[in-house]
Amino acid sequence: MTLLEKVWELHKVATLPNGQDQLFIALHLVHEVTSPQAFQMIEERGLPVLFPERTFATSDHIVPTDSKARPFSDPLAEEMMAALERNVKKHGIKAFFPGSGYQGIVHVIGPELGLTRPGITIACGDSHTSSHGAFGALGFGVGTTQIRDILATGTMALSKPKVRRIEVTGILPKGVYAKDIIMTIIARLGVNGGLGYAYEYAESAIQALGMEERLTICNMSIEGGARVGYVEPDEKTIQYLRGRPFAPKNIDEVAPYWLSFRSDPNTSYDDVVKIEGNTLEPMVSWGINPGQAIPVSGRIPSPKDLPPTERDTAEKAYSHMKVTPGEPIEGKKIDVAFIGSCTNGRMIDLREAARIVKGRKKAPHVRAYVVPGSEQVDAQARKEGLDIIFRDAGFEWRSAGCSMCLAMNPDRLQGEEICASSSNRNFIGRQGSPKGRTLLMSPAMVAAAALAGEVVDIRKWEI
Amino acid sequence: MAHPNLKNSSVIERITGRAIPLPENDVDTDRIIPARYLKFITFEGLGAYAFYDERFDEQGKPKPHPFNDPTYLGATILLAGANFGCGSSREHAPQALYRAGIRAILAPSFAEIFAGNSTAIGMPTVMVSPLHLETLITLVTQNPSTDIRIDLKYKTLSTSSGWTCPVDMNEGYRKAFLEGSWDTTAVLLANLDSIHKKAAALPSLW
Repeated sequence: MTLLEKVWELHKVATLPNGQDQLFIALHLVHEVTSPQAFQMIEERGLPVLFPERTFATSDHIVPTDSKARPFSDPLAEEMMAALERNVKKHGIKAFFPGSGYQGIVHVIGPELGLTRPGITIACGDSHTSSHGAFGALGFGVGTTQIRDILATGTMALSKPKVRRIEVTGILPKGVYAKDIIMTIIARLGVNGGLGYAYEYAESAIQALGMEERLTICNMSIEGGARVGYVEPDEKTIQYLRGRPFAPKNIDEVAPYWLSFRSDPNTSYDDVVKIEGNTLEPMVSWGINPGQAIPVSGRIPSPKDLPPTERDTAEKAYSHMKVTPGEPIEGKKIDVAFIGSCTNGRMIDLREAARIVKGRKKAPHVRAYVVPGSEQVDAQARKEGLDIIFRDAGFEWRSAGCSMCLAMNPDRLQGEEICASSSNRNFIGRQGSPKGRTLLMSPAMVAAAALAGEVVDIRKWEI
Repeated sequence: MAHPNLKNSSVIERITGRAIPLPENDVDTDRIIPARYLKFITFEGLGAYAFYDERFDEQGKPKPHPFNDPTYLGATILLAGANFGCGSSREHAPQALYRAGIRAILAPSFAEIFAGNSTAIGMPTVMVSPLHLETLITLVTQNPSTDIRIDLKYKTLSTSSGWTCPVDMNEGYRKAFLEGSWDTTAVLLANLDSIHKKAAALPSLW
């Protein structure tokens, strides 16, 4: 059996009349944007929250990152925040709001608090719930009507996906990060390559990664079309969870159970893909979906280099991004740099970016932002003096939230600005301006681009 | 065993109506509804914002787009490209389409979360081969008054002009529409005892 099958069977409540499985959700994470209608639906039906002790809330999408003073300056954001506050109070749900010391992007705080753990099912009304698979959990992004079901029944109806094992072997070269692994996978298999699959990430280059880096990989599974992505838990998983606020106190007793969630050595997979880690390069997206990405040394592909099914999207991308086939991506001027998000807003990301920025200055024409993924990340980074390093270089240091990844708060691109971004999506309009343009890359590459004012190859820098 | 507060959803065996073509691959939910229109605590009124940034310029003036084209006014079936609805899990995307009058979507493939969200609100996501989709788009573009009938029971599609093709669908979703169990809360709560047993058997979180 695969890890997916083991966790699935453990949480399966029943086979439903339509053939789908009813899966128990061990941890339900809730945020302000996708939940208000779900709470309204259960109230209209006179149903309680069945497992408030398995439900946790935070606010991340709409919270401003300059001032969290209430009421928020955006009345719509204030209304959403107030609705969540009312709902958690009414239903007895534990919540981590700004100022609690634990607020942050829902996929950053789940692991940080020790709520995320091996062998459990997790659901959240956010597609990046796949992140939690870094711990050997199954994380499902769901919509609002499914949130209603999980609130009311602690379960949801699901069809079991197939499993594709993605083996990343070898050792990553200098300047190549977890972000580059997952961007390579998406570029090779396509943004719809994972439809119907869960991705199991394995082998030496994955095992060598720390938990925060594994989160980056699993986070973007959904960008490859795979709703779920996971890594088998190991000693690093146990060490990460030790001492976390909600983690079991008897962690050494629990560890063997957690470590039992592994795919059996001789199990068969629906598909296996191999990637040679030694050959990977820093990746940069050039288009309007995360699959339209190339190594930084590469050139923007011509339609004739692409499969026929991808040509229309490529044409749309050339026009929106104002790029020409054959043009190198290195040297592309940027206007904005954004370091943060559930993909790359954790300590390892900020430390690595700070290492590059230290003692240097951002390019004068670039607006540069660092938005920590959580209040805990913010506090730790300040303790290490990272905020000073970034501020000295001319970056703005903001407080925790989703920020410019999806621009539901005031942080957004203006007009046709181009943003070097450590986030996960380069969709048209994603960063808040319908004409805005996004270049996805690792946080280290974003930091270097902010300094140079253009896309650079981090491998050429003496760092 | 029915929960006293819940009734079953309606049976959906077929969807009929005129179609609106949007034949692009990988249309993401940020395009279907930009994030700034997610800042509402109800889904009401979202229909006005479907494909907003593609339909209107910065001054709010309409741009050429199938959803602005009076030819397709009143269409109920969306003809879309592969991997439709990829990206964010926002249910606001299918909600916006439903509230703009769409009752079923035909495409070669769908992003999984989007398909689940659409099913949960009673809007079938029906798969059709790229070749058949192309024919269908030609038919509809040449004659927008073409009526389309999707039959979920027999997995077929037919047009008022007599053209037919097979369609496909996630079997669980299809059965849910045919049984009228796509509104899943009642179905799930019918197993309340098993749910509690499962909860008790699993480790608690804290």
